[in-house]
Amino acid sequence: MDKSLSKEPMLEMFIFENLQLLEQLEQTILAHEKERCLENAVINEIFRIMHTIKGAAAMMMYDGISSLAHAIEDLFFYIREFHPDEMDYSKICDIVLEGIDFIKNEIGKLEQDQEADGDSSPFVENIGQYLLQIKEASRNSKLINEAAARPAGHRKKFYISTSKSPPTESIKRYHALIYFTPGCEMENIRAFNLVHKLKDQAEQIDYIPADIIENNDSVEFIRENGFAVIFSTHLQQEAINELFMKEAFIDSLDLRVMEDEEWEIEQLRARNQIVLEEEPSVRNNEVREIGANLHSGSTRQSLISVNVDKLDRLMDMVGELVISETMVAFNPDLRTAAKLDNFHKATRQHRKIINELQDIVMSIRMVPLSMTFQKMNRLVRDMSKKLKKNVELVIIGEETEVDKNIIEHLSDPIMHLIRNAIDHGVESPEKRASLGKSPAARVYLEAKNEGGDVYIIIRDDGAGLNKEKILERARARGLIQKPDSNLSDGEIYSTILLPGFSTCEEISEFSGRGVGMDVVLKNIEEVGGTVLVDSTPGQGTTISLKIPLTLAIINGMRVKVGNSIYILPITSIKESFKAKPDNIIVDPDGNEMLMVRGECYPVLRLHQKFQLKSALKKIAEGIIVIVQNDSGSICLFVDALLGEQQVVVKALPKFIGKIAGISACTLLGDGRACLIIDVANLINPSKG
Amino acid sequence: MSEILDEAVLQEEDTQKGKFLTFLVGKEEYGIEIKYVTEIIGGIQAITEIPDVPEYVKGIINLRGKIIPVMDVNLRFNKEARDYNDRTCIIVIDIDELSVGLIVDNVAEVISIADADIVPPPDVRSGFHNRYIKGIGKIGSEVKLILDCQRLLSTEELENLDYIN
Repeated sequence: MDKSLSKEPMLEMFIFENLQLLEQLEQTILAHEKERCLENAVINEIFRIMHTIKGAAAMMMYDGISSLAHAIEDLFFYIREFHPDEMDYSKICDIVLEGIDFIKNEIGKLEQDQEADGDSSPFVENIGQYLLQIKEASRNSKLINEAAARPAGHRKKFYISTSKSPPTESIKRYHALIYFTPGCEMENIRAFNLVHKLKDQAEQIDYIPADIIENNDSVEFIRENGFAVIFSTHLQQEAINELFMKEAFIDSLDLRVMEDEEWEIEQLRARNQIVLEEEPSVRNNEVREIGANLHSGSTRQSLISVNVDKLDRLMDMVGELVISETMVAFNPDLRTAAKLDNFHKATRQHRKIINELQDIVMSIRMVPLSMTFQKMNRLVRDMSKKLKKNVELVIIGEETEVDKNIIEHLSDPIMHLIRNAIDHGVESPEKRASLGKSPAARVYLEAKNEGGDVYIIIRDDGAGLNKEKILERARARGLIQKPDSNLSDGEIYSTILLPGFSTCEEISEFSGRGVGMDVVLKNIEEVGGTVLVDSTPGQGTTISLKIPLTLAIINGMRVKVGNSIYILPITSIKESFKAKPDNIIVDPDGNEMLMVRGECYPVLRLHQKFQLKSALKKIAEGIIVIVQNDSGSICLFVDALLGEQQVVVKALPKFIGKIAGISACTLLGDGRACLIIDVANLINPSKG
Repeated sequence: MSEILDEAVLQEEDTQKGKFLTFLVGKEEYGIEIKYVTEIIGGIQAITEIPDVPEYVKGIINLRGKIIPVMDVNLRFNKEARDYNDRTCIIVIDIDELSVGLIVDNVAEVISIADADIVPPPDVRSGFHNRYIKGIGKIGSEVKLILDCQRLLSTEELENLDYIN
């Protein structure tokens, strides 16, 4: 915790801002790739984001990132200015996405306190070549265009555009280098005036330095290097000369006609310069602009970023408050007081407020799944491209909210499952066609709330699981011992979740290392969830992840065993009752069982399990609690039930490590620490 | 700015250097570097027992909302368990962001021991059982055993237990 807080604020800001920008960029690209055309707004957005990243990275001295961002920016600068016709949009998208990946990777390194030492030069080179290529292509096509449409004038590619000038044959391009009289002051304002006058007579005006008004340093630059203007106009050289010389304080003027080739380069140079020089001053504006964009664009809300550690601490504090409230309201000293009506009234109000506070804090920690889900778009795109499968990702219910701590555990499993669905589930387009399915396969990614749980369902309309093959493989690996006839479909399908099971013969880039599915299971179980597999041959596979809404607060039942108090999660309690000693069946091994309504449950005495002394030994004296989860039910024998309570879940200290049968701990109303029972582990000790 | 901070940290370290909190376990007097100590809890509060842990781990306690494990140093040193009384204390130490409470018979005082007065313990090969001792400090005629906190908290044994299970 301290480590992340002590990370330099600059660096933290850098990481946060850029990740956000990259996320935005990726979504923009993916959204527009399908349309096979990049609108001006999109090009501008990409250009601006890359520019911002470049500036920030250069400031933080991450050369790899900044040079790559620079290259992409150059590319989009060209596209923005010249609108080349011959563009391979998917190639451009690939380039940008590759770039995003690289930068993300580098930022990831920074997040883990490593050096951002990746080498971006292959990308840069690649982009440079591509830029040359489209330049070449567009020049060729432009020549043809121009030959055909000369009378209609030049294509519009104005930087500061004015369309006043009449289209004539005699348009010429000029380069003017102007030096102002030394000591005249305010060179930048004068230069701006000049450009402004020029606008009436000329078009396609570019100048160096470009940020004459915004940047005060430009004064220095103009004094030293002069003020260079390039423009095209129908005016003759003399007329221009005259125009310039009318201005006050012009010391010298160097005016010459430029060739097409040179013109283009100069223009590019001038514009690049703009970018280089305006960095420090304009960056902030851009960030703001992007912020505004976020605001107006789609469903984004005004957000602030808060360190999760702080939220955790807030959560802890609220937990403390709940506990201390109980300590006040049930204070032993109160027993001696005679009349407490007003006191009780006050504590009721107090409790109500605290409950509300607790709800709010919980809701702060809830994050919609949309970020996690949107990431999958990229995966599906890349995979369907590589595997030459036509796959469409359908996202449903992305607004469903889940606790922040849980969401972190979801990204990898979902990614695995989608990979599997596309790689193994979905058939090739030809095969789909021959089966009479639509060539475009669909993978559904759905989230929904049900009770206290969230379901995340990954469904494909592919081939489905091959039961025979799974059985064969599972037997070969010794994963199934029961005879076939005793296995339900669900059981068979579930074996794919076991470690060491992989049905894919070949290992592909995306999946098939045989580690995927059991990692999915492990990740989900870590957050207290379960995985269900279902499949219909020929129609697809459905994998459902059931995860709890939150891990931080649970409803618990306090149970007494000996002198200790334990918490049983309410959700796992099925029923409780007093049992008669004759209902207990004991097998030759001494295992106790209990018959309840014709069903036989094993009995687990908690005092034996946890080696507690002085607990009630006779079944009739204590109470039986039936607990259940997906893998079964058992009877727990405890001394007494003490009551229901909301508890704040706290991890066991690292020093203690993991203990069988205990999932976490919490604090009781009297300030005592108390253990929370891991029901899943009691029912099936071999798991986890 | 950062330099000033560094200096402050250095100074703090300086003031803590060579200082030891001494306490009694059985008949011996032990010392522990003061920089590890975060607080001393007088008297024993309710300890929640934990199943399946070595005997010397007595359980967990609630330290102002933070749950920390406590170990009985007597048992840790394989000595006989002693009943807790008014003088029993819990010393909370913090090593590598791991907080642990040590149950000791009695907390004595904070003393300074110069580096020169600390001698290494006898060689392990002579069969001397000194796993937890980093050195032996001399104060006049008295001798204090200086504890190696890292080893005290080493979970090796815990892991071994898991392995056997």
